[in-house]
Amino acid sequence: MNDVISLSGVVKRFGPVVALDGLDLTVTSGEVHAFLGPNGAGKTTTLRVLLGLLRADEGAMQVLGMDPWHDAAALHRRLAYVPGDVSLWPSLSGGEVIDLIGRLRGGIDPARRDDLISLFDLDPRKKGRSYSKGNRQKVALIAALASDVELYLLDEPTSGLDPIMEAAFRDCVRDLRAEGRTILLSSHILSEAEALSDRVSIIRDGAIVESGTLEELRHLTRTTVVARVERPPSGLVELAGVHDLHSEDGELTAQVESHAMPAFVAALAASGVVSLESHPPTLEDLFLQHYART
Amino acid sequence: MATTAMQRTTADTTSRAGSPWTGTIPLLRFALRRDRILLPAWVVGFAAMVAFSVSATKDLYPTIASRVEAADAINATAALVALYGRVYDPTSLGALSLIKLTAFGAALVSVVFVFLTVRHTRSEEESGRLELLVAGVVGRAAPLGAALVYGFVGSIALGLLTTAGLVAVGLPVSGSVAFGISWMLSGIVFTAIAGVAAQLTVSHRAAIGLGVLAVAIAYVLRAVGDLAEGEPGWLSWLSPIGWSQQIRPFAGDRWWVTAIPIAATVILVPVAFALRSRRDLGSGLIADRLGPATGRLSTVDALTWRLQRGMLVAWLAGVAVMGFVLGSVAENISGLLDSEQMRQYIAILGGEQVLVDAFLAAEVAIFGVVIGGYAVSAMSRLRAEESSDHAELLLSTATRRVRWAVSHFGFALLATALVLAVGGFAVGLGHGASIGDVPGQTVRLTLAALGQLPAVWVMAALVLVIFGWLPRAVPAAWGLLVAFIVLGEFGALWDLPSWVLDLSPFAHSPTLPGQDVAWGSIVGLLAVAAFLTVLGLAGWRRRDLS
Repeated sequence: MNDVISLSGVVKRFGPVVALDGLDLTVTSGEVHAFLGPNGAGKTTTLRVLLGLLRADEGAMQVLGMDPWHDAAALHRRLAYVPGDVSLWPSLSGGEVIDLIGRLRGGIDPARRDDLISLFDLDPRKKGRSYSKGNRQKVALIAALASDVELYLLDEPTSGLDPIMEAAFRDCVRDLRAEGRTILLSSHILSEAEALSDRVSIIRDGAIVESGTLEELRHLTRTTVVARVERPPSGLVELAGVHDLHSEDGELTAQVESHAMPAFVAALAASGVVSLESHPPTLEDLFLQHYART
Repeated sequence: MATTAMQRTTADTTSRAGSPWTGTIPLLRFALRRDRILLPAWVVGFAAMVAFSVSATKDLYPTIASRVEAADAINATAALVALYGRVYDPTSLGALSLIKLTAFGAALVSVVFVFLTVRHTRSEEESGRLELLVAGVVGRAAPLGAALVYGFVGSIALGLLTTAGLVAVGLPVSGSVAFGISWMLSGIVFTAIAGVAAQLTVSHRAAIGLGVLAVAIAYVLRAVGDLAEGEPGWLSWLSPIGWSQQIRPFAGDRWWVTAIPIAATVILVPVAFALRSRRDLGSGLIADRLGPATGRLSTVDALTWRLQRGMLVAWLAGVAVMGFVLGSVAENISGLLDSEQMRQYIAILGGEQVLVDAFLAAEVAIFGVVIGGYAVSAMSRLRAEESSDHAELLLSTATRRVRWAVSHFGFALLATALVLAVGGFAVGLGHGASIGDVPGQTVRLTLAALGQLPAVWVMAALVLVIFGWLPRAVPAAWGLLVAFIVLGEFGALWDLPSWVLDLSPFAHSPTLPGQDVAWGSIVGLLAVAAFLTVLGLAGWRRRDLS
């Protein structure tokens, strides 16, 4: 079977609050899957359900072919998790935590551990209470990345890292991907998802609103077109799928849905187009489109 | 009154921009709001306990002669003098009916104010929440200042309400005020002591440990001091709980004694602020050293041991010292029997040995409930690990949930056994050394102390049940323990039905040394502990991590 994670119709309630509302999520083997959504959309809840730390109220789920609630311990041997808000034992040194978590997961590669410590520039001798947020995150990241597992669940792993460390993290993710491992990366940093991920799922109010490759998602959205024309074009306003049309002094801008593009370009050509620029939608546009729509 | 003046001063200084006191009043208001249920519950509970206790006992001693007889019996029994102190005016109804609450009650009050003060100082700082506040318009001294004022306000409320309760049940006003003040001052002094303790340590647990240790030392000092014949010995005058006692409510109302705790507070508060100004936010006075770059920890049990060992060592040291001191005074009991009538009475009961045994058994029983407190504290780790998200990281590894819970629970079972055994051994050592029978007494008292173990295990299993089913309510286990202590101390006095008294596991512990062991009760307690364990783990197995 090719699906590493498959969730369908997952519902999780906390009292009256519905945190996950029929969530479907599929992550296939060997991909980097970005899990996008703002704070409070249900990203962390989803990850905790995937880990069997929370019990879903409804829905079917499989992670690495196992039931995360019933087979939690066996499943956890094959995955590594980095929590969004890493909290360390105040009296344990970073090195002790890395080794402990690694061993409890089923073993740690000491050479890889040392490489990662120097890559992330961490002083492993400091006690948990004296680390900054970024350094606490590094401890959990190193413990996870040094483990030889099939699946990595990373909850906003770079939110406390500086840009240099973020770059180091991206390199690590690319290496893992090259080795054929699967990564689910929750984030609200779009550039990170755009740079790393093969596929993207966008979560909103506890349900997935969009899922697919970046290419696929771009097709679903509008392209920004800026054109210089000789004559004021006619018939553009009537075209279905054309939005925010502005025309001034021969310069024309519009948002065009992909299905309307042929007709739009034809109409432009008829108006004597001088120059034409078009931008594919960024992930940010995609994201805003889903969240601005109420 | 002192507090209103203090509030006014802090209010004045808040208006000065950049003062270290800026923000004291908003922080105080915030603390009162946070504890709007907790604090009134404690204060009303204590005041009600006092009023209830007096109204239940006052009809027992209608005549002066009956009071004198009862008071003399207490004053002649070393076990009672050590535990509760003396009745300084045998004719006084108030002094007699409140004997169990004067020192013992002051100690409970003190422990509560240690908890409350650390809760608003070191706990806040350790969790990082304080950082959020201090980054705003809050002066460096304000959080400590607000916490101290909070403790003082709470103590004053306790004093007022207690006084009102005593007057309401018909005791003289002057004595009622003196009793209210005696508790109020215990609260105030230990708020200040906890304020100092919170500056010394980095973890709130260690700060609470230091504060509770101070209460225990104060209690033992006065126990030993009170055993001196006639006036209390100098040791009683070193103890804040001794000061509260020596105000002698309803037995002279010695107002001048109140000057001692007030003076102590006036000294301790600046010490706390001086310590605060010498350190950075989040740090203790003892700097953190670097740890190892690689770790040897590789199992959940090793981690549990690592997290729990500091507290275990502190408890072992504490019970060893307390046990030895209390054990070595047991022998002095015979010297206190000055009336011929008492001697005859004792002879009828079975001789001095019976009295000594009763004293030792009372100590062992106290050890039982105190180490019940250790069971609660060790088991509370489970919840602390969960709510601080450490459990999330741990349980995302191949560690099984139940295995993790059992690791802490198993530790609690073994550690309480060890602490009880060491406490009993120390009592035996102290007692044996004074009568020249160390081998015999150490064995006898170690076994006697272990007689408390089943009840302590029930306590640990109760925390597991709360953890498994109502994790947020784990701190309520402390309330449960206090309820058991109150039932044991006052239940019979209040004439509560026996099934209510039997709710406390400690009511089923054997009275050792001196009496026969009811094996049925022990087996019953163990069965209850086993049932609660299964129940607790079942709840934990099925619930969400929160």
